[in-house]
Amino acid sequence: MTYISKNESEEFVSEFEPKIVGFLCRWCTSAAADLAGTSRMQYPPNIRIIRMMCSGSVDMAYVTRALLEGADAVFIGGCHPGDCHYISGNYKARRRMALLKNIFETLGLDKDRIWMKWISASEGKKFADTMSEMTEEIKKLGPNPTKTSWSV
Amino acid sequence: MENTSEKIQDSIKSFFCDLLKKKVVDAVLVPLEVPSGENVVQTLVSDPKKLESSNFLAPVMPVSTAKIISDMTKIKPSGKRIGIFLRPCEERALIELSKLNQASLENLILIGIDCLGTYSVRDYVRITSEKSTKDELNLRPACIVCEYFEPQNSDIILGLIGLDDEVVILANSKSGEEILGELNIKGGAKVKDRKNVISKIKEQKIKSRDELLNKTKETVSGLDSLLNFFSSCISCHNCMNVCPICYCRECFFESKTFDFGPDRYLGWANRKGAIKMPTDMILFHITRMNHMVTSCVACGLCEQACPNDIPLLSIFKTVGHNAQLLFDYVPGKSLEDGLPLTTFREDEFEEVGE
Repeated sequence: MTYISKNESEEFVSEFEPKIVGFLCRWCTSAAADLAGTSRMQYPPNIRIIRMMCSGSVDMAYVTRALLEGADAVFIGGCHPGDCHYISGNYKARRRMALLKNIFETLGLDKDRIWMKWISASEGKKFADTMSEMTEEIKKLGPNPTKTSWSV
Repeated sequence: MENTSEKIQDSIKSFFCDLLKKKVVDAVLVPLEVPSGENVVQTLVSDPKKLESSNFLAPVMPVSTAKIISDMTKIKPSGKRIGIFLRPCEERALIELSKLNQASLENLILIGIDCLGTYSVRDYVRITSEKSTKDELNLRPACIVCEYFEPQNSDIILGLIGLDDEVVILANSKSGEEILGELNIKGGAKVKDRKNVISKIKEQKIKSRDELLNKTKETVSGLDSLLNFFSSCISCHNCMNVCPICYCRECFFESKTFDFGPDRYLGWANRKGAIKMPTDMILFHITRMNHMVTSCVACGLCEQACPNDIPLLSIFKTVGHNAQLLFDYVPGKSLEDGLPLTTFREDEFEEVGE
């Protein structure tokens, strides 16, 4: 909280810091985030992590709502294809994601604010690198216009 | 003109009468005129005498027959044989509902008709109460751009296209053949013409469909235009209630998930400075698309039910068209094709996640 208010008070000097909502699989990407932390890897603190039991349990309504309410991006992390703890959750998540991105594209909404990556429990470095890369890319996109849109 | 349609009407009526009288089926689901004559409604008929007021050519579709069948058979399949009269979009929606385990086709004889298009209920009532003529009104936009106007999976097809003054009754499945054999009905000779005319009309329809897709792409592009498009939405959820594909018994949007309490509303108002009430209107439409658009048959009933005339068909048809291309899926085409969101392949959409 203090971080945000500090940002607001320095509105002329501070750079745009994207808010990223992350839905991480409990078995892999979430563990990778822990590994990145315990290994003291540095990455931008822009992600707000929500731990899910599986990428397959991420309802696209969560993703849509986060983006409509002003999140600058949504990140979904799951196990590599073939490695799902529930056998096929990530394959199903991938289809739902393909559909959501397709719908966003048709409606002219910013589908590049939705990211999905497969990061296993041992890939702490991939998690940290992904966070750096994503924060950079979303900074280039600029703030999500829904942030100030009251009539969504 | 009236005489010919009278003749067709009589042939279809006597066909359904025979189905009941010869006990081929125990009941039929057919459109009957309500006593005022102003509207027709799908009616389950077991007494052939009641077919007196049937009207098979009324150009109107008040509710989707697919939804009626789902209501009838979602608890258990029909134990008795029922003959179902339906339009191609209703047939396609019924196939989808059956794949979604929301309707059972067991013991149903599907009798599809070539669809020449329908008016909205509102316009149809204007025609029957003689406040307007057919020439003054347009068919529903869904029908103007519909390329699936011939039945595909019905057991029996009532063919009208390419024939001037008659209806041809065709078998389209094994049970259809058996029934027509029982009733001693042989297909007409003019079937060849029918196919030619159908492919010509189809070409035109695809052209008007593409015009609609392009127009929608221009009008809806980006958040602001999306908000403009839905600016008169009052979140009544009529579009969801009439949708044959939206089958959830308790819709997520009508669940307790959305009982937020005052503090959270105030929190959102504080964050953005203001928040439109009721909230989550765009979320509702996008989520509905996420849930049903791969099976959307573009019947346009959502648009017919919208109290504020939002041209929903255009946006759902466009989103549906693109999504169905993505999964190479045509809703209602076959019972065998797996639903896009319940199946997957290991090697696909590799660009989505790495």
